[in-house]
Amino acid sequence: MSANEPDGWLTIAGAAERLRAGDVTSTQLTQASLERIRATDDQVRAFVTVTEESALEAAARADDLLRSGDAPSALTGVPIALKDVLMTEGVRTTAGSRMLDDLAPPYDATSVARLRAAGAVSVGKTNMDEFAMGSSTEHSAWFPTANPWDLERVPGGSSGGSAAAVAAGQCVASLGSDTGGSIRQPAAFCGVVGMKPTYGRVSRYGLIAFASSLDQIGPFTHTVEDAALLLQAIAGPDPLDSTCSGEPAPDFSAQLREGLDGLRIAAPRQFFECDQNDQRSGQGMDAGVAAAVEGALDLLAGAGAALDRGASLPSVGYSLPVYYVLAPSECSANLARYDGVKYGYAARGGESMWEDMEATRQHGFGAEVKRRILLGAYALSAGYYDAYYLQAQKVRTIIRREFDAVFEQADLIVAPTTPTVAFRQGEITDPYQMYLNDIYTIPANIAGLPAISLPCGFAEAGMPVGLQLIANRNDEALLLRAAHAFEQLGNWSSQRPMLGNANEQTDSASG
Amino acid sequence: MTDSQASADGASEAFTAEQVRHLAMLARIGMTSQEVEGFRAELASILSHIQALAAVDTEGVPPTANGADLLNVQAEDAARPSLPVEAVLANAPQREADYFRVQAVLESS
Repeated sequence: MSANEPDGWLTIAGAAERLRAGDVTSTQLTQASLERIRATDDQVRAFVTVTEESALEAAARADDLLRSGDAPSALTGVPIALKDVLMTEGVRTTAGSRMLDDLAPPYDATSVARLRAAGAVSVGKTNMDEFAMGSSTEHSAWFPTANPWDLERVPGGSSGGSAAAVAAGQCVASLGSDTGGSIRQPAAFCGVVGMKPTYGRVSRYGLIAFASSLDQIGPFTHTVEDAALLLQAIAGPDPLDSTCSGEPAPDFSAQLREGLDGLRIAAPRQFFECDQNDQRSGQGMDAGVAAAVEGALDLLAGAGAALDRGASLPSVGYSLPVYYVLAPSECSANLARYDGVKYGYAARGGESMWEDMEATRQHGFGAEVKRRILLGAYALSAGYYDAYYLQAQKVRTIIRREFDAVFEQADLIVAPTTPTVAFRQGEITDPYQMYLNDIYTIPANIAGLPAISLPCGFAEAGMPVGLQLIANRNDEALLLRAAHAFEQLGNWSSQRPMLGNANEQTDSASG
Repeated sequence: MTDSQASADGASEAFTAEQVRHLAMLARIGMTSQEVEGFRAELASILSHIQALAAVDTEGVPPTANGADLLNVQAEDAARPSLPVEAVLANAPQREADYFRVQAVLESS
């Protein structure tokens, strides 16, 4: 670590070591994080809310713990950020929506409470597509977030702020949520590690609900080792979420250094086909992305993994239409709670409560949210339920069974994370074209599988490319082992956007 | 309730403004004529992609409700403290005493 490299570039593992050795204090790390946010967030706009005061208080408490030798976790004293979809007691939580412009939640999400208990320091709440619906963070009610690698491009979404904050070195790690790729896709676009755990691994209590059968909370980090550490801090049973697994979380770092030797990795051909006539397969995969991912496959095989390119998931191409029935259906039910009565934006002045409610939802929700609520209301309505919702749930079973069959022959599945690198802001306007961004990430949500995206190279205009690994349910330790081993085969993860230098030049030019 | 095939065929026809208004009413979302027209075109386009599901043979396949193997995780039947009333009402747009205040729900007649 060079002397002039900002402390924000530190990893969780590195920060924990230096904090324990007394080389640095949490207060120093937190100040460096806040300083970096001040210096770069005019450009990146990753944060909706920066909690400077409470961050410095938490850092002081962490320093006390560290000094007394009672630090409870690797996260103690480490500056992190939270996607603005996670409830934070007393701290404005907007989910990127006008509907929650001034919500100060009365309680913490379980994942947030666990990070607090671990002594992690939250520096703020990160920007996102409204109610986590989107793939670009352009659909935040507040402002778009930029990609630190190229400020003209999107950071991906919906957890774009959390991805960009880590990529820009504004914090060491962050939490996001992933319903159809909302952690893995922005991680790929921003050149960081992003992981969606097994459905039920992390409590969803206090996660503002989008699609309850698909939503999972997970980490953004610079390294796979850090992803294991952050997941460890938030995973495990929670009586407050009845869909949270009762199985105690295993040690996610236990297998980290066991390498790739002997692992059977399937590369199902549907993830690598480029059929221009079939929108359900890999239509539109960039040549640069394909080249980087093919290179990654060669590296995996070279490092001892047994690659199976004959594996097949015949129905995986139906994941996108399944998702765009199930997710809107669940969202139309979940978002019924925003009625302008109990909290949040409230239009008043109508003749009746119903008029106020319609005006509240007309002006409180953005276009993409309304689109999905309407679509869900349609798919669930009498006469269409069997054709859409029930049929989608049955196709979901078929997709699950195909994954189960592949995992009888393989330990892991490898795929691209996204068909393209980060696109330019405003480039994609058609809703369905935007949905196609998640074509490789949605299957893991449909089947409830843990999956990780990690950097595997660079393509068009020097933009990062993500490699996705998918494991069987509850096999996060194996997933992290393979990802860590792959990470050691290149130096993509250690490359940083030029943002800081560019800013310094801009600053000196304008000053 | 129509059968699956009939429903899917029906939806492949262009979406009408009347259908959008009906959905907006069900979802309690106020909407201008311009918004109705925009959503009509977009929903028709999205539905045309979703139609692909109708082609999958799901005879005898049970539905999957969530991706995990979880079924009926039960919480212990024990009382735990609720949030204080003040904390719950703190974000209320309008309150009266310990109640959320709204406009009249029923028409006065």
